[in-house]
Order: sequence, then C-alpha cells, then structure tokens
Amino acid sequence: MLHVVNKSPYERDSLDTCMGYYQEGDAVLLIEDGVYGALAGGKAVSKLAGKDVSVLGPDMAARGISEEKLADGVKVVDYAGFVDLTVAKDKVQSWL
Amino acid sequence: MSQVKKFMYVNRRPPYGTIYAWESLEVVLIGAAFEQDVSLAFVDDGVFQLIKGQDTSGIGMKNFSPTYAALGDYDVTKIYVEKESLDERGLSLDDLQHLTYEDEDEDWAEKDSIQLVSRAELATIFAGQDVLFNF
Amino acid sequence: MKFTIQVNEGPYQHQASDSAYFFTKAALEKGHEIFRVFFYHDGVNNGTRLTTPPQDDRNVVNRWSELAAQHELDMVVCVAAAQRRGIVDDGEAQRNGKDATNIAPGFRISGLGQLVEGGIQSDRLVVFGD
Repeated sequence: MLHVVNKSPYERDSLDTCMGYYQEGDAVLLIEDGVYGALAGGKAVSKLAGKDVSVLGPDMAARGISEEKLADGVKVVDYAGFVDLTVAKDKVQSWL
Repeated sequence: MSQVKKFMYVNRRPPYGTIYAWESLEVVLIGAAFEQDVSLAFVDDGVFQLIKGQDTSGIGMKNFSPTYAALGDYDVTKIYVEKESLDERGLSLDDLQHLTYEDEDEDWAEKDSIQLVSRAELATIFAGQDVLFNF
Repeated sequence: MKFTIQVNEGPYQHQASDSAYFFTKAALEKGHEIFRVFFYHDGVNNGTRLTTPPQDDRNVVNRWSELAAQHELDMVVCVAAAQRRGIVDDGEAQRNGKDATNIAPGFRISGLGQLVEGGIQSDRLVVFGD
C-alpha cells in the first residue's frame, strides 16, 4: 500500500495515524503540507525511522525546503515518481 | 461488471463540522447497488459519527445518524470500529449506536454489524482491500 | 494502468485540485489511462466556468478543461454535491428551474455511481482532498 499524507504533522495527526497502519512492504509519500514531516531534526521525523518514505519534490521546493534539510533516507520524487509509486503498490490510502 | 472488488470506506472525520461524513455515507448508499464486497472503517474522529443520541434540532442541520442503522438493509454488514480511537476519546462501544443486520444465510438471524478491532487488526484488514475510499 | 482520480476540494482554497491535475498529467504522459476524474464535495467547484483568477495566477478550471480536451478525459461532477453548491448544466437548469448554467467545458454532471464504477473499473483510485 502507498500511504499519502498531505498535512503537516505539526498541525494534524494524519502522519501519526498513517504510521500506525504502516506494514512491511508499504511506502509513504509526503505531499503538499505533508512535506514538513520530513525535516531533519523535526519532532515528527522519528516516526519515519525505518520506513520507506518519499517526499514530492515540487511541494518541497515550493516551501523552500532543500534536499539537505531532509531526514536521512528520505527520497525525493517528482509527479512522475508519484505515479510510479501508485503503480508499484497495490493500492493507495490518502490520509485526508 | 462481473468482478467483485473489496471496497472499504475509511471514515476519519466527525459529523456536522464538515460535510465529509454525510457525503461519504451517500457514496456508501449508492455504492451498495453495485454489489461489491463493502466494508466501512471508523478511525480517529470518525468514531464520533456513530455516537448514539445525536440531536441536530438546535443547529438546523439534518440528523443523518439514523442512516447508519439502515446500512444493514443495504447489505452493508461489515463495520469496523478501531478500539484505540475509541479509547483515546474516552468512549466505548456502549456510546455508539447498536447496528445490526439480518443474516440471510442463517434464517435472518439478527447480528451485530460493528466489529471492534485493534489498530493492528485493522491494518491487516486494510491490506486485504482492493480499493480504499478516503473522504 | 487504469486510474480513477477523485478530487474533494475546490480550486484555490486547497492545493488538492492542483496536485490532482499534475498527477493526472504525469500519469497521461507516462502512457497510463485515466478512466475518470471525479469531483466530489467542494471539488465540484472546479467545474464552474465563471471563475476569474488574477492574470498572474494559474487558471485551475481552464487547466482541467484543456487537459480534458487534449486527452478526451471523462471529468464528472457529482450531481448531489453540485446541486448543493450551485454547479449547473443545461439538464440541471431545466430540471430544477434555474435561470443560468455555469458548467465549464469538458465537465459533465452525473451520479455518485460514476465514482463507484471508477473504483470497480480502474486499477487504482487516487484521492486528493483536504
């Protein structure tokens, strides 16, 4: 399953909830305000440890977050990569 | 459309403050006619949708909570409520509507629609679905 | 692969419609099929041709209309949600006695069954919302 989170973990609990359902073989994609969850040193980043996490690059760039500000192991994808992730996983759960 | 898919409607929002809960329920009712393998999950604030005794007379909005009790008539019989979400909110199953359906395979015996499941159990149930509807 | 895209929020207030647009475009560019784009909740507001964004901003509605024209996209606005929010085509105007229409090119108004059918017919359902 691909989990898509579009809310900042500092405002809403969707990243937290999402991680409660993460299973082996899943992946998480942070889009829109969700990208703030991948900031290295942020309080929320511990939730991402050991998980397959990607961030949508255009949403990062728009918010002034460069790759070096991301937590270790977090990948950056573009919209084509977003599409590829939805294809690679059997279904998508959008944690709205 | 002969294939049957496992459809799950995931409800994470409370009623009335926004329209998501009500309009999601409309999808469930319409979707019932398509004879898919349907289930509902109530997680996080979604559990507030099922609280019994809702009275909207003071806010000028339609009380749609009785509709949940009719889901059994639409052959929607699998309603998963996450235990952790209830616990975190100081609620128990007794605070929720008692939803039932009549099991045609067992001489129309009345059965509970709501299944209380843990987060870990629900994660496995999510994993077994074909399509997840998020509102 | 066949996709159905669901858009739950209107233009400008939320990024959801923008994200859905870029996802849809990327999927088409990769050769995937978009079975349907379904607009629900406030997402039906993406289907009005009467928006006038400032010239230096993107035109969310026109962008969808143009994508639909290019790729023969099936863009469906939910009828029940549209009635609540005043998105009207000729048929709806006639049925409900309205004196105007506002549906944008490329959009059509239809029932929720179209979303459910999208879930059945597509390999993936991707939902964009608040």
